[in-house]
Amino acid sequence: MTDRGKYQPLSYFQLMEVTLRELLVEKGLLTEAQVQAEVAAMRDRTPERGARVVAKAWTDAAFKQRLLENGTTACEELGLGLGTLKLVVVENTPQVHNAIVCTLCSCYPRMLLGIPPDWYKSRNYRSRMVREPRAVLAEFGLRIAEHVTIRIHDSTADMRYMVLPLRPAGTEGWSEQRLAALVSRDAMIGVAIPSLS
Amino acid sequence: MAPRFKTGEKVKVMKAYPLGHVRTPFYIRGCVGEIERLCGSFPNPEELAQMRDGLPAQPLYRVRFRQKEVWPDYRGSPSDVLEVEIFQHWLEKA
Repeated sequence: MTDRGKYQPLSYFQLMEVTLRELLVEKGLLTEAQVQAEVAAMRDRTPERGARVVAKAWTDAAFKQRLLENGTTACEELGLGLGTLKLVVVENTPQVHNAIVCTLCSCYPRMLLGIPPDWYKSRNYRSRMVREPRAVLAEFGLRIAEHVTIRIHDSTADMRYMVLPLRPAGTEGWSEQRLAALVSRDAMIGVAIPSLS
Repeated sequence: MAPRFKTGEKVKVMKAYPLGHVRTPFYIRGCVGEIERLCGSFPNPEELAQMRDGLPAQPLYRVRFRQKEVWPDYRGSPSDVLEVEIFQHWLEKA
């Protein structure tokens, strides 16, 4: 427990957030209720949304094709509105392993994966993932064979990325729901691979 | 603005260092890669950051670079690649 009830002054950015929010409300541009609703909606978006998309692609080849061609419209088919987000889905194969990073800031497919983990926003991950991805992946416990190409996607502008992992062997005949439970947030970032163990 | 490059074409990222909000990472400037795809056209972020409308929209590409070209001392498979979104005004024919 770090919170011992001691008074802590607001940090620079906390103060900026409170000031901006109160001004917007005071000027009638937003209501407190709208702000609360948006915060709640952000918290409600979890990686289970992305996992649903992956499980669908694993079981429906035509959907997978559409997903790789246009991630945004394919997700809309599943009732997952992505707003203005332009989604590019990159597919892992036995020959290629994909992973995503944003070296400039912390762009992340929040509409599908929710709030990003802290490490995704760290300087360590952002600077090293483009420079020595195999070493970084090994620190996540993922060792990629030399003969497999590693393809790193730096989301520098308007696109957002999600990795479509390889479906694990031994899952033939599984329902979409059961498959979705195998798909972790990290597998859709590309720092893990789904497995049965 | 019309797209000038086709998928598969070799391009070089300009080695320029303008001030302001730029979405072209330092590490990729001066590197040669290949157009992976055209993503569409989007308002220029360098203009948007100055509170202007960013129009005409600039074609945005995903460009694929060989890791060995980006980092000469790269350790890993020679087939490893890096894909970065680059706006057209940062690209020239290689």
